[in-house]
Amino acid sequence: MSVSTKAYSVSESGKRTKWLAGGMVVVYALVSMIPLVWIVLTGFKSPPDSIAYPPKVVFEPTMEGYVNLFTSRSRQTPEYIESLGPPQTWYDALVRERNMVITGPSRFLGRYWNSIVIGFGSTFLAVFLGTLAAYAFSRFRIPLKDDLLFFILSTRMMPPIAVAIPIFLMYRELGLSDTALGIILLYTAVNLSLSVWLLKGFVDEIPREYEEAAVIDGYSRLQAFVKVVLPQMRAGIAATAIFCLIFAWNEYAFALLLTSGQAQTAPPFIPIIIGEGGLDWPAVAAGTTLFLLPVVIFTVLLRDQLLRGITFGAVRK
Amino acid sequence: MAEIRIENLKKHFGDFVAVNDSTFTIENGEFFVMLGPSGCGKTTTLRMIAGLELPSEGRILLDGEDVTFNRASQRDIAFVFQLFALYPHMTVRRNISFPLRVQGMARREVRRRTEEVAKLLRIEHLLDRGVGGLAAGDRQRVALGRAIVRQAKAFLMDEPLGALDAEFRDLMCEELRLLHNRVGATTVYVTHDQIEAMSMADRICIMNKGEVLQIGAPMEVYARPATRFVAGFIGSPSMNFLEAEGGLPAGAREIRIPGARVPMPETREPLTSRNAVLGARPEHITIRDDGPLRGEVFAVEYMGARQMVTVDTPAGRLRVRAPNTVAVDYGENVGLAFDAERLVVFNAETDRSVASTLFEAPPVQGGAHG
Repeated sequence: MSVSTKAYSVSESGKRTKWLAGGMVVVYALVSMIPLVWIVLTGFKSPPDSIAYPPKVVFEPTMEGYVNLFTSRSRQTPEYIESLGPPQTWYDALVRERNMVITGPSRFLGRYWNSIVIGFGSTFLAVFLGTLAAYAFSRFRIPLKDDLLFFILSTRMMPPIAVAIPIFLMYRELGLSDTALGIILLYTAVNLSLSVWLLKGFVDEIPREYEEAAVIDGYSRLQAFVKVVLPQMRAGIAATAIFCLIFAWNEYAFALLLTSGQAQTAPPFIPIIIGEGGLDWPAVAAGTTLFLLPVVIFTVLLRDQLLRGITFGAVRK
Repeated sequence: MAEIRIENLKKHFGDFVAVNDSTFTIENGEFFVMLGPSGCGKTTTLRMIAGLELPSEGRILLDGEDVTFNRASQRDIAFVFQLFALYPHMTVRRNISFPLRVQGMARREVRRRTEEVAKLLRIEHLLDRGVGGLAAGDRQRVALGRAIVRQAKAFLMDEPLGALDAEFRDLMCEELRLLHNRVGATTVYVTHDQIEAMSMADRICIMNKGEVLQIGAPMEVYARPATRFVAGFIGSPSMNFLEAEGGLPAGAREIRIPGARVPMPETREPLTSRNAVLGARPEHITIRDDGPLRGEVFAVEYMGARQMVTVDTPAGRLRVRAPNTVAVDYGENVGLAFDAERLVVFNAETDRSVASTLFEAPPVQGGAHG
């Protein structure tokens, strides 16, 4: 038996280690994807299949969950349904099989729209204000700079539930409760700490000389910022925007406490979609599936920037 | 092209005084080098001339016009940064033409001038490349191009060769000087490297701890240093300093150091403090059997045409630059003679050089560049 005397360097791992690492990544990916896959599958199950025990992996797919998600329905006698004539669409037919008729659209689309407006609105504001603040913190001599930065970060240290009641009372006084504006402002405030800190790191990485060169070549300070600094912050801004969007999109506690009708977002709405005899699990799963899509699309579109952004500071060009 | 005048310029950051009361004039078309160790205030002075920092006190005049509080963009001054500061998201062409495009110059004119400058710097073939993959020297040329293309009143350069390899630095030194001779614009060049300064400057301004110590042609500051710091900072290996014994009246022609009496240029002022320091450059000492100072050879470094001999004497350890024909060996007892006309005496308390006949000859001219 020969013993290998070859010394592997720290960076170059052996073939076995690579396989092992690869295997672990695959296992981890599968484990984290199971809940997602289950949600997507449940969206296509019938209500009895969705709560069957033992859980059904193989089932007959139906669009019932999605139809229920988008419509409100009422139960009618078979005679009444007969009198309506043949169903006009495939989803009419599907509903009538269960002795129901569609009475109108559900509130889901409205809630979904709220989520989009609030999520993207607050993300835009947080990144916009955060970029300006980060630039100022990075470049100017500001009195009490470190204290201010810590103060900004400290807003993240409190759980939402601890501040929810004061905010609720404040918002009622100001007429901001259950308005999209109120929620946008709140999410912006929460995300601002994240965006200021992240973006400050990115601005710190950009040498001042770029702006100074631009200023000497005839730009104003603001022009230098817009035309020279911003283009170099693209990756950082994209990464920050994704983090902010994910928070605002998924936020549940504030949304549950501060909105009820008008401005309610999708997260507090989806889990309480009631069907006959309790929660309508396929509709809940369908809503969740649709709810996941925008963040996934946004992330995939910006993934190159995101990767560069997350490893910020680690790699110098 | 312009004359830059600095009047009583001061800058402090909190309690730290970066520049303390400087006054001097940089003449039109001059290659003016500001030299000093890091933190001496040279870069701060440069940044104030550029308008990147505002002075705490004093005035800056550009061709007689007070620009002290003008914005950088209104001064018509070009700046070359140590780290080049090329815009990474632009090509070479766009980097060089950037100042012209900011001014809103017509496209054809921008193109013409950009290509002219690229030709001058021999980077025409790189015009449409990104700046990311360029070699350091080429990046430096692009940065220079961006400064030259404006035809600004003056060029300010902040250690522009600091980021280059030693070998390449010499080459760029020469190129910069040639470029200056062709373009002829007033240039203020900041460096901590005395060799760079000596080889390029028309005049050198030596600073330390925020103070301007001396301004003069390279030969002038080398031969007639105003302070002990200047004497030690310029020249490699640096000047030997020997502690003298006793005071000096005005008109003294000899100084006493431990172990010998050394003739020197006649002093024109009495030495007020009790302690004097004698300054002798390595090439102003010769090894001679009848030399007044005796010592033992501590080391010999053979350098081809010359050799550097280190000798331990009662007055301290001295470095002597000797021709390679002098045969000396480690441990040998030798005599040292001083070139009486070239010696400088410093007041040990103020560190200023003592006035003597050495300082009375007409000023030494710039030599190489005239």
